[in-house]
Amino acid sequence: MSTHADTHEHDDHGHHHKETFVTKYIFSQDHKMIAKQYLITGTIMGVIGVLMSLMFRMQIAWPEEPNVLFEALLGKWAPDGVMDADIYLALVTIHGTIMVFFVLTAGLSGTFSNLLIPLQIGARDMASGFLNMVSYWLFFLSSVIMVISLFVEAGPAAAGWTIYPPLSALPMAQGGSGMGMTLWLVSMAIFIASSLLGSLNYIVTVINLRTKGMSMTRLPLTIWAFFVTAIIGVVSFPVLLSAALLLIMDRSFGTSFFLSDIFIQGEVLHYQGGSPVLFEHLFWFLGHPEVYIVILPAMGLVSEIMASNSRKPIFGYRAMIMSILAIAFLSTIVWGHHMFVSGMNPFLGSVFTFTTLLIAIPSAVKAFNWITTIWKGNLQMNPAMLFSIGFVSTFITGGLTGIILGDSALDINVHDTYFVVAHFHLVMGISALYGMFAGIYHWFPKMFGRMLNKKLGYIHFWVTAICAYGVFFPMHFIGMAGLPRRYYTNSNFPLFDDLADVNVIITIFALIGGVFQLVYLYNFFASIFTGEKTVQNPWRSTTLEWTAPVKHIHGNWEGEIPHVYRWSYDYSKPGHDEDFVPQNVPLKEGEEELQH
Amino acid sequence: MTAFLTVIILVFIAVAIWQMIKIFDLAQVGASNSQVANDQDNKLNAYLMIGFLIFIYAITIVCFVNWGDLPLMSNSASEHGPGIDNLMIISMVIIFIVQTITQFLLHYFAYKYRGEKGKKALFYADNNTLEAIWTIIPVIVLAGLIIYGLFTWTTIMNVNEDDDPLVVELYAQQFNWKARYGGNDNTLGKANVRLINLDNANILGVDESDPNAQDDVITTELHLPVGRPVLFKMRSQDVLHSAYMPHFRAQMNCVPGMITQFGFTPTVTTADMRQREAIVDKVANINNIRKEKSKELVANGEEALEPYVFDYLLICNKICGKSHYNMQMKIVVETQEEYDAWMAEQKEFKNSLIK
Repeated sequence: MSTHADTHEHDDHGHHHKETFVTKYIFSQDHKMIAKQYLITGTIMGVIGVLMSLMFRMQIAWPEEPNVLFEALLGKWAPDGVMDADIYLALVTIHGTIMVFFVLTAGLSGTFSNLLIPLQIGARDMASGFLNMVSYWLFFLSSVIMVISLFVEAGPAAAGWTIYPPLSALPMAQGGSGMGMTLWLVSMAIFIASSLLGSLNYIVTVINLRTKGMSMTRLPLTIWAFFVTAIIGVVSFPVLLSAALLLIMDRSFGTSFFLSDIFIQGEVLHYQGGSPVLFEHLFWFLGHPEVYIVILPAMGLVSEIMASNSRKPIFGYRAMIMSILAIAFLSTIVWGHHMFVSGMNPFLGSVFTFTTLLIAIPSAVKAFNWITTIWKGNLQMNPAMLFSIGFVSTFITGGLTGIILGDSALDINVHDTYFVVAHFHLVMGISALYGMFAGIYHWFPKMFGRMLNKKLGYIHFWVTAICAYGVFFPMHFIGMAGLPRRYYTNSNFPLFDDLADVNVIITIFALIGGVFQLVYLYNFFASIFTGEKTVQNPWRSTTLEWTAPVKHIHGNWEGEIPHVYRWSYDYSKPGHDEDFVPQNVPLKEGEEELQH
Repeated sequence: MTAFLTVIILVFIAVAIWQMIKIFDLAQVGASNSQVANDQDNKLNAYLMIGFLIFIYAITIVCFVNWGDLPLMSNSASEHGPGIDNLMIISMVIIFIVQTITQFLLHYFAYKYRGEKGKKALFYADNNTLEAIWTIIPVIVLAGLIIYGLFTWTTIMNVNEDDDPLVVELYAQQFNWKARYGGNDNTLGKANVRLINLDNANILGVDESDPNAQDDVITTELHLPVGRPVLFKMRSQDVLHSAYMPHFRAQMNCVPGMITQFGFTPTVTTADMRQREAIVDKVANINNIRKEKSKELVANGEEALEPYVFDYLLICNKICGKSHYNMQMKIVVETQEEYDAWMAEQKEFKNSLIK
């Protein structure tokens, strides 16, 4: 299955109109620049999100103690340095929103889909450079609005990142449900528009612009992951948009989609006939696939990096694709496992338990395939490889507890406790973050033409790895002791007094891990300017992006786009002198393309 | 104190970074300037992988030894509790085995097959038998877990009305709980938040004209007779709340505009539970912690903490606003006689209204 991308060459290549500073660096339509814009915006949002988590972790460990950091950063929300209960919930809410959407959706998928899709499939650019630019700037706008919402008078949104109504709908129920929530909803609506434009672009590009010889079964797993992620996004994000719009209607125009029979602050409100459970269904119809929107790109990156650094083909290429497809399909029919105790019909609970636990099967296949990929390899321990191994480790640890949470009977007792927090942070938070770091260490040379410092990379990985387990492993146990999440302080429950120590330990690990991200930030920003200049193919990889020149040119390749003759995992193939054979090298006479 | 701690941590981190750069520097002697991993890097990180595997095992052991014997995972106080606990333990054992093996393979392979110049990896792209094995094994294990789980779930959620359960309404509002009993007829009167009348103290919006409502009893403590099935009807007047009763392995959201339900049979009275060894130990431990903390408080001129006495609790487990962290109600499980005596002291709804 070949495409016609290269039959109608970009004729203007080489003598296109001169780029100004604005069209090159700001309103750029070049996918490589847009990828960098996504990455840097995502990084800034990530710093905000992590800083918030450090603040609320300090509050949990040392409740109601004055803290200079609070006083400096929270202002009126921390009189005399003591954190206010409202801002605690706001921090938790915005941390979740920023990390899930702005860092791990836009920052991860936005960066690497943009960078790698055209380069790895052999295209000059995205199908629509203009839509791509609009997509980034909508994302930027939504980030700005989200940050502005932190400064409104009554406080930012504080109903949890899931913004369940009526709490999120009624300003009298909570300060943050006023202007803060309005801005949150507007920001998210714009974010969704951005995400949809991006996803449509990715899908069209992968289907239409593959170079000659790049059949679907020769695609690197990164592209498969981005492609399927984009499809999930297109299917599920509109549903969140509709939920947000209906919530805006309820809040501002007096409709009753999600509200009914409410008595608050001495008066009965007019709402009648709506149901908060409906919102939960709509929210989680996106909310659960969102987990896979976050983790699938990370899986793709990790598969690619593991193969390259193991100098071995990825094990079970077809099984990997099948499991991506299976996960994508199942991800859209499991949302109800967030709602076992929502008041939903218990029979539905049974159905969702069944579908949810099925996801463990393709996930297990992937984990075993990664482990087999490094078996008998020749492992190059680059920082990207360490993060990939770390990804598999946290994905297994976090994923296994999903067996407990996905089981409706067990969920009754651990629902909304710290057990859940530990589970999803390991399996989608830390894992996806590792995937993102792996990707950054691996493709930094492609993005900036320079290498990241490996020593700093090693320090970054090992400290992060230890701290991630130090934070989230003990957290399972306080969850199993019944400690609910989103509590400002546990001091009103003597029952939980014996867990205070654990919370201090967790916070210390979090602080160390958080501060050590500075090593990475320094490495990242300093290496952009002073890093060692890279050679064209520093990791000796097979994929097409490494055949493009180091210096970025509009259109990616001088002259003709390379043709593809083999799959992307010919590492250490017998009969070749080098331990890798790039995809654009024709098969030798008599050589078989092994995997089909 | 916190500031001091923060400074200490920062200093410690600075020293750690410096030390680590030195270690890596030493490991680099003679290497080229390249930022791609060389044999020394591979070796060093391969050993660190083994170290990390040990770290994962160590943290697992530490957590289980210190916090694995949580009374909340055993000593359930409801009839269906042991069912959930058994399923939990089985799931945990399976997880533990899979976790131990897979983490070993991952980190051991990372150590064993560290890269060396001149070595060539094995070109091994596919093996259908292997893949079939690790598809089928999870299928079998999960099938077992699903079936066991669904049986447990259905048993818990199917409330049998023939058992003549005690009907109790749990009423949630920002930020407290109320309980409403059906009275002698064990039937709750109709209610809706639109009927709330603060002037005559009809705070739950009970229908004053409903004959079933007259003998209803509204309380701020939840008393339950031991051994009798209870059917809870949950209501909320403002936002979502969740009625979480961890000792009974029970939880259900309270949703404005609809009535949700959850039923269980309490099996251990509060008095009996307080005598249990695990609970006695836990309470003693907590009281030690509180005593230490009180010393500090008294030194600062504040009041000492009250000693902790074990009680069952109903706590809110769905974010509901500013004071979400302090929305609780005491649950007392007692003998039928004690329960009857307590109930006799309560005011019936019709007498609780201000005329």
